[in-house]
Amino acid sequence: MSQALPFDDVELKALRASFPVLDRSVGDHPLTYLDSAATSQRPVEVLDAERGYLTRSNAAVHRGAHTLAEEATEAYEQARAAVAAFVGRADDELVWTRNATEGLNLVAFALSQYGVGGADAGPYTLRAGDEVVVTELEHHANLVPWQQACLRTGATLRWIGLTDDGRLDLDRLDEIVTERTKVLAFAHASNVLGTVAPVERLVAKAREVGALTVLDACQSVPHFGVDLAALGVDLAVFSAHKMLGPTGIGALAGRREVLAALPPVYTGGSMVENVFMESSTFREPPQRFEAGTPPVSQAIAWHAAVDVLSGLGMDRVAAHEHALTARLLAGVAPIPGVRVLGPTTADDRVGAVSVLVDGVHPHDVGQVLDASGVAVRVGHHCAQPVHRRYGATASTRASVYLYSTPDEVDVFLEALAGVRAYFGRN
Amino acid sequence: MGSLDQLYQQVILDHYKEKHGFGMREPVAGRLLAQSYMKNPLCGDEVTLRVAVERTADGDVVRDVSWVGDGCSISQASTSVLYDLIVDAPTEQAEEVVEAFRAMVRARGTVEPDEELLGDAVAFVGVGRHANRVKCAMLGWTAFEDALHRAVAAGNSGSGDPVPGSMSEERS
Repeated sequence: MSQALPFDDVELKALRASFPVLDRSVGDHPLTYLDSAATSQRPVEVLDAERGYLTRSNAAVHRGAHTLAEEATEAYEQARAAVAAFVGRADDELVWTRNATEGLNLVAFALSQYGVGGADAGPYTLRAGDEVVVTELEHHANLVPWQQACLRTGATLRWIGLTDDGRLDLDRLDEIVTERTKVLAFAHASNVLGTVAPVERLVAKAREVGALTVLDACQSVPHFGVDLAALGVDLAVFSAHKMLGPTGIGALAGRREVLAALPPVYTGGSMVENVFMESSTFREPPQRFEAGTPPVSQAIAWHAAVDVLSGLGMDRVAAHEHALTARLLAGVAPIPGVRVLGPTTADDRVGAVSVLVDGVHPHDVGQVLDASGVAVRVGHHCAQPVHRRYGATASTRASVYLYSTPDEVDVFLEALAGVRAYFGRN
Repeated sequence: MGSLDQLYQQVILDHYKEKHGFGMREPVAGRLLAQSYMKNPLCGDEVTLRVAVERTADGDVVRDVSWVGDGCSISQASTSVLYDLIVDAPTEQAEEVVEAFRAMVRARGTVEPDEELLGDAVAFVGVGRHANRVKCAMLGWTAFEDALHRAVAAGNSGSGDPVPGSMSEERS
């Protein structure tokens, strides 16, 4: 990380003014929103962009010769270029999806079925004897699709385990990622532990054995600058609503050569070249993977979101969150009966901090925090195996974002410190 | 913490600390028996509950509700309260109590609960204002309802093995 500084009070006040929801109260308390790892709040710039498009240019894209259709298509493809550039990809290397989960399923299906060209569909098709490697900290979205792909193809699923302090255990990496490995799929940053994966090392290992890399970048792209091309990953997914954008749209960003080798998964309108009664031919990526009417206004809103992020500077966003994460971890440590899942220092870590409160169920923790206006996530966060790894079924997660303040972290810490007493656990 | 105390009434906190009827008890010869397992996949809360029914000349009577579980205060305390209300109740009355409890927690706090019928369970009236917690409150009660129906329907004798738990879940 460079010399970038956290946002100061004046900057923070100014940028928070763009997020009307942050101004509301919950009961008698001001809202303390610490659930951005689940979904982020949207600034007026994003809301206005979507509304502006809908109130002026709304039309079907890539068809029609009228002015509105031209404007809509232009804005829609500009959005693709902007979101792609934000992660270091060219505009033809970014596929719109419904969400990141759909992107991962799209890849898992594309790799496990014959597509264009039949049985010789390409070098990436999974077959019996192949292995797919994931990690034990994956979100279900980067685990279950691979389990299913293995069932379909006869490939074997393997995984990289975790150390007791919440890092990927790479001691046995050479045994797990081998010549048999066809896919190495892993989270850039864990949604439960906050752990940031050593991407360079994993990509280097995958390249050494000729495996395809698939990066779940949902918890990284919103929080620090990510250049997918520089990282050398083959395919990556991320989601708009975790980075100031709308729900209903995500992206699959991939190397041009890899996308070109994948067969279509969803078929129908917009993704075909020539359709005959017997058969069809398909367009080049990214359109090959975008059957049906796309999420146009969402793409345009997402464009506005990446403009906001770029305007703030991702190095400053990262510095701000790093400082808040360190404050969170330092504040949680001395609270009796509260344990952090994952690394207890802010290095190589994002600001999703999950805790276990001894003797109190996470739902009860969340309810008590809500009574102080604090919004956190409770449950297994769509990552049951990582909870099981640390002897838990569920946890309470606070997660910061660029608009979070040191004061909000302190409000959370104070409320958390009172939880066990409320349930008579002291 | 006004609204918090409306949800977590003292009765609930007490039952959470000391769960009544907790622990699985062995079948008693001659009683109808069934067991149910309920899990809320969203939060991982679970209850395994066993019902023992005595068939008397005056009708079926619930003689025991034994259970184990793991979960939040609402799910655990509501099962504990269920034990107090249901044991030694005729099955018709037990069903009536379950229906009244379900109606209360689903009523979003708009219905004045029948204290005579529901006893300590009226403490859960506040749950209705928290849509996310209704399933917590219903977890053990749904397990009980399921186990009771199967015990009576199957006429399982307590001398045999209990019916394996169902994997179904409450969907409200």
